[in-house]
Amino acid sequence: MSNVLRPSSDVIIDVKGVTKRFDGKVVVDSLDLNVRRGEIFGFLGPNGSGKTTFIRMLCGLLTADQGEGTCLGYNIRTEQLLIKRNVGYMTQRFSYYEDLSIRENLDFIARIYQIKNRKEAVEQSLVKLGLQDRSKQLAGQLSGGWKQRLALAACLIHNPKLLLLDEPTAGVDPKARREFWDQLHDLAGDGLTVLITTHYMDEAERCHRLAYIAYGKLLAQGTTAEVIQSTRLTTWSVTGPDLVQLSQILRHKPGVEQVVAFGNTLHVSGRDSQLLESTLSALKTSSHQWAKIKSGLEDVFISLMDTSEDNYKSK
Amino acid sequence: MSYFSFHRLWAMVLKEFIQMRRDRVTFAMMIGIPLLQLTLFGFAINSDPRHLPTAVLIADQGTFARTLAAELRTSSYFEIIEDAHSEINAHTLLQKGDVQFVISVPIDFSRKLLRGEKPEILVEADATDPAATGPAITTFKYLASQAFDRDLKGPLARLKQQPGPLSFNVHMLYNPENITQYNIVPGLMGVILTMTMVIITALAITRERERGTMENLLSTPVRPVEVMMGKIIPYILVGYIQVTLIILAAHFLFHVPMIGSLVLIYCVVILFIAANLAMGITFSSIAKNQLQASQMAIFFFLPSILISGFMFPFRGMPIWAQYIGKCLPITHFLRIVRGVLLKGNGLHEILPELWPIALFVTIAMTIGVKRYRQTLD
Repeated sequence: MSNVLRPSSDVIIDVKGVTKRFDGKVVVDSLDLNVRRGEIFGFLGPNGSGKTTFIRMLCGLLTADQGEGTCLGYNIRTEQLLIKRNVGYMTQRFSYYEDLSIRENLDFIARIYQIKNRKEAVEQSLVKLGLQDRSKQLAGQLSGGWKQRLALAACLIHNPKLLLLDEPTAGVDPKARREFWDQLHDLAGDGLTVLITTHYMDEAERCHRLAYIAYGKLLAQGTTAEVIQSTRLTTWSVTGPDLVQLSQILRHKPGVEQVVAFGNTLHVSGRDSQLLESTLSALKTSSHQWAKIKSGLEDVFISLMDTSEDNYKSK
Repeated sequence: MSYFSFHRLWAMVLKEFIQMRRDRVTFAMMIGIPLLQLTLFGFAINSDPRHLPTAVLIADQGTFARTLAAELRTSSYFEIIEDAHSEINAHTLLQKGDVQFVISVPIDFSRKLLRGEKPEILVEADATDPAATGPAITTFKYLASQAFDRDLKGPLARLKQQPGPLSFNVHMLYNPENITQYNIVPGLMGVILTMTMVIITALAITRERERGTMENLLSTPVRPVEVMMGKIIPYILVGYIQVTLIILAAHFLFHVPMIGSLVLIYCVVILFIAANLAMGITFSSIAKNQLQASQMAIFFFLPSILISGFMFPFRGMPIWAQYIGKCLPITHFLRIVRGVLLKGNGLHEILPELWPIALFVTIAMTIGVKRYRQTLD
């Protein structure tokens, strides 16, 4: 078993032009991506944007139609087996055996990876994830949060160098999510690299770097601040009476791209800040408080998605 | 709220129809299984088998022996495939199952007939399957008694009087008391193994795919051969437990004679188990869900009991059905088990039935492994 990474391996994922088609439909469109060691890299995008397909190509489950690159220093097209040994992949859907107990599941995975001191490794991973009291419980009887813990324990058992997590926190309560992320940061601190997909903005903000893809295309990449910056989105907040009517008026004005209600506040955003400002100044009344605020990640992503959808449709 | 609403009922009915239409394989099976049964029961199965291969040993040179042989040839029940040259040869043919009957005409047949001494015709029948032999023997006795009606004229006519000019000595070999269980119980070994092994493995891989665990398996270093073999080996053990149970029941419950070597049975049964498991794995790799997989298993199981010679005499079927039957591993396995247990066949006699099973395993396994992909592409 080769655990030794190839030299100059501070770049864990390094792919260029990766493309995948299903029945002639492009699902992942020449994606370039770099992920460094110890990074938690967030992979965001609407449903069906190609995130899962991309992850599957990284861990050897799918073969890219075009494009080259390495994962952990191994060629993603020709060295899939070596990649599989060193990657922990957590599928979107719970994919361990529901009719096996927690311990039996971990033991099975440990055997598949031919781990030395298997019993010790299973015991350790049970303790580390706080599963030792439930070790005899069948996986099928676990609640969502515990299933997720088991899945994480199982994909860490062979000490992978890279974790690929496909929406690991979907349907998990906030406390369990918080704990999960604390754990990810601990692991990343020890040098593990994590590529994670999510739809939660708070989670996106906990990533070191982000990538946003829609319709198979990479639309933005960088830290949270960089991604927000790159879209040049300006956002205003409005508070005051009759926000419903105001939002209906605003929606069709030039320069207004998004109007979102947050309780008693409206967020109005647009990429052309001058046009937006002139539109808004005409509507400003004394009964409303207007303030220019920082655009949030969600506003940015929705803006990215809308623009890419336009491109997609016009094709 | 009403207790019963036709609108709600209609909503359910409509939804079921839509789902039925989506699952093409299930739909095809719903049409295919009845068609298969119609074909098999309607055209293939015949409980009054004819054209049974027969060897004839004629020691007598007289005209009456020749008349008898000619009469047999014209009968639809017997197919004279061999003028056996010697008794030993004839018995080997019976032992191997190449012929169903050996009919021996004694050396002084014609002379004794003329003298009114009622010469004895020896009929040796392979009675492992009583259903296959019974009607033919009745017919033979009738034919033989009537055969000389034209020849026995004038003063010889008196020979025609009851109880006829001949006497018969019928040897029901291997199963002298015509006990159906002797045929059925060893045959059950093949049927039970086919039923359980094919269905279990057909579901095995589809279950992994349906529950999403396959994606996980594929992302680990485990190889296809390891997955396949890992799924097969436990069931080989289960198969052996079943074989042991059937043999114990056959011996203690049904008192089926066991003339041949049980060790030989245990050695060759692994090939048959492998054939069924490989078939199941192949279904498993084709089917999209567990329902489809179990339907495919039924599709395989039906001909396995109907045209393999288990339920109905193999030789009673038309040639095309016999060819299909010969493609099924159980057809050959039935001959092996019955041959070894009831006739005391050894490895040499069962070899012609062994290689078709081996061929089947190879083909099914190749398809199965080819279809199992290591990626999700």
